[in-house]
Amino acid sequence: MSYTDHAGRPVIAITGAGVVSSLGAGKDDNWAKLTSGQSGIHRINRFSTEHLRTTIAGTVDFMTPPEAGSAALTYALAESAALEAISESGLSEEDFGGPLFLAAPPVELEWWQRLALDAAGREAGGKQPGYDRLLLAARSGDHLDFYRSIQFGTVGQKLQERLGTRGLPVTLSTACASGATAIQLGVEAIRRGEADRVISVGTDGSVTAEALVRFSLLSALSTQNDVPEKASKPFSKDRDGFVMAEGAGALVMESLESAEARGATILGILEGCGECADDFHRTRSKPDGSPAIAAVRAALDDAGVSTSDIEYVNAHGTSTPENDKMEYLSLSTVFGDRMASIPISSNKSMIGHTLTAAGAIEAVFSLLAIRTGTLPPTINHANPDPAIELDVVPNTARKADVKRVLSNSFGFGGQNTCLVIAAEPA
Amino acid sequence: MAREVWITGIGLTSSLGEGVDAHWSALAGAEPAKPVVDREFAPPFMIHPMVELDLSKQIPKRADQRQMEVWQRLGVYTAGLALEDAGIKGDEALCASMDMIVAASGGERDVDVDAMILNKVAEGVDDIGVAINEVLTTELRPTLFLAQLSNLLAGNISIVHKVTGSSRTFMGEEGSGISAVQTAAARIRAGQSTHALVGGAYNAEHPDMLLGYELGHYLSRGGWAPVWDREGVEGGGIVSGSGGAFLVLESREHAEKRGAKIYCTLGPVAADQGPVGTQKTRERLERMAAETGLAETGMIVSSAAGSHARTADEKAFLGAIAAGIPVRGITSALGHMRDAQFPMAVAFAALSLSHGEALPPLGSGFETAADAPSSIGVLTVGFNAAEGMAVVSKAEGAGA
Repeated sequence: MSYTDHAGRPVIAITGAGVVSSLGAGKDDNWAKLTSGQSGIHRINRFSTEHLRTTIAGTVDFMTPPEAGSAALTYALAESAALEAISESGLSEEDFGGPLFLAAPPVELEWWQRLALDAAGREAGGKQPGYDRLLLAARSGDHLDFYRSIQFGTVGQKLQERLGTRGLPVTLSTACASGATAIQLGVEAIRRGEADRVISVGTDGSVTAEALVRFSLLSALSTQNDVPEKASKPFSKDRDGFVMAEGAGALVMESLESAEARGATILGILEGCGECADDFHRTRSKPDGSPAIAAVRAALDDAGVSTSDIEYVNAHGTSTPENDKMEYLSLSTVFGDRMASIPISSNKSMIGHTLTAAGAIEAVFSLLAIRTGTLPPTINHANPDPAIELDVVPNTARKADVKRVLSNSFGFGGQNTCLVIAAEPA
Repeated sequence: MAREVWITGIGLTSSLGEGVDAHWSALAGAEPAKPVVDREFAPPFMIHPMVELDLSKQIPKRADQRQMEVWQRLGVYTAGLALEDAGIKGDEALCASMDMIVAASGGERDVDVDAMILNKVAEGVDDIGVAINEVLTTELRPTLFLAQLSNLLAGNISIVHKVTGSSRTFMGEEGSGISAVQTAAARIRAGQSTHALVGGAYNAEHPDMLLGYELGHYLSRGGWAPVWDREGVEGGGIVSGSGGAFLVLESREHAEKRGAKIYCTLGPVAADQGPVGTQKTRERLERMAAETGLAETGMIVSSAAGSHARTADEKAFLGAIAAGIPVRGITSALGHMRDAQFPMAVAFAALSLSHGEALPPLGSGFETAADAPSSIGVLTVGFNAAEGMAVVSKAEGAGA
């Protein structure tokens, strides 16, 4: 096939993919559980949930000890997904040789760290609990680990050192679209000819009590705590919010020409990315859905395909009343009557909303849908929302030969990013 | 074919004032301003505090102002200045097609709520986790989270100034600002973008921000000294400053078509990161200098942080590679603005070219007198990691 696309740019091959979620580490484990409709959502054990309105999450509890904290988990998740992706690509795991684009959550001191500092500040003679005492503790003690954990560049720097990526890593946040943006930045770098290969990673290990409180105060979280695995129910009438979760996803992408030249296995093609910001509100979308509509259309245009070429949609599908309604409005506007017959499912029904990582994880799942000919279901779909007329692949996975997938990611702050992923042309 | 990238708008805020004119006259006017330093905010540290802004000039709706904390307001305000300067502000079509990359880290925490929890735990509680949850659920302002999220500076720029072509937020201290400028310029060069808003803002006047540096023992505790001369000053060498720097980057074709004024062209931008040992750092800086042509410029505007080891390496590099090229360390005058360091240095280089004058020395013997340069190198050696370089030049054939 041609090494350039419809716009004369390098075709982007996906040659490696990696994933971690509350369901497990690795594509095999995740895909087996996802396609059997298994949920990774559970009651939170990592910290006390007393006084919290939401007490469930899709935390990843098998990577680092709870006392290691969010920064350590966020790194461990990223490293695991990245190594799986690089290993599959056959490139070097110590000397990757291309740039790193990393979607990572914002960092700040965690409560156990603040309390440890306050205690140290008291020892150092600080009278009143508070920031003066924290600053005194910082000045008079050795807290290099704390310092490292709250630099926003640290996770990227550690990954760079571990994987041997080239240049200054780009660490980014576009809220819940971050993972998709990391992929988009990688695609653009290859198209500009700056790199033959890139690794794009989305990671998030930031489920803490304070994070839950923050999202609860915005009324974003499900409070259906009684049966944790049934709380996330995208596109259902009784959906009441998303379920916070952790995980990571990673893609190795290369110019098709360079991938073939080294004899790599081509897993799929990253055909297009589209983006549009929303200026309506900090957490709500413009009522006419125009920014999301523009992002979907931009992705299709960028890929050089039309609505009739899309055979499956991996939804953003957070299970919030607002998102799912708006996503339906946007898609039905772009796809028209055809939307009723395009399968669309949300893996957030099973793994929850992995926030910063979601776009990258969902890109991996979109690729697996193409490669295995199986669409993961939207579970917990017992009570469809009559206002949302979609084929959500309810409750059980479905065999389907799909060649091209649209993956949506939307986020607070007016972020809308969509990806088009396709099978390798025969 | 690579397109030329022009700088067509600059927005600046700091302890020295607001806007490009105020900043130029503060540093290059007949009577250069002394650095504005506040020693009362968090002794023994000092900061360069923000001048008072009439927020309504750039953020007319009170409701929008209320939805932000200081850092976001500063950024949105400064971005507005840049858009205004470029003649883009209020132009619906130009804003809707404009790309945006913001360099940002996190926003401010609620100091009172944090102190409440620390006091409660210090008094003794049965279960610390439960006590924290109780205070957080009852005391946190519901929308504070949105005033803290990294990408909500960009989000607020979209809401207030209607910049919606695309919105990306890069994180990671000085590296975020370096990558932001580099990526926005590369996209324009490659035809992936026609015009972009890029920059960052920083609020030094928050104890949590100071804490982030002091955990690594980076803050200066002595009297003020130019960044190049802080080896002997007590503490780690960094003096934080509040402020922001935003640039409007534009393809030459796009700028000419709309008759935009031009500051200068933005030439090569290089970035790297690696082990911070002296030798490895020098190797990276030399490679980047070769890539950008830094050593062939007439002046170098640096945003040296003042942190001892890194600034010593930077000085040694400049002495070896750019000996004879006059250097200006703008952080001496403005304070260290973390994410905004690189965009700020690019902005001052652009101002110098457009005024046809060199920036005067900023108080250090390391900075020698200079003739008016026709090209300027920009250098950021991050306080603990990341390096960035660029070269800006007088635009040829520009009707400025």
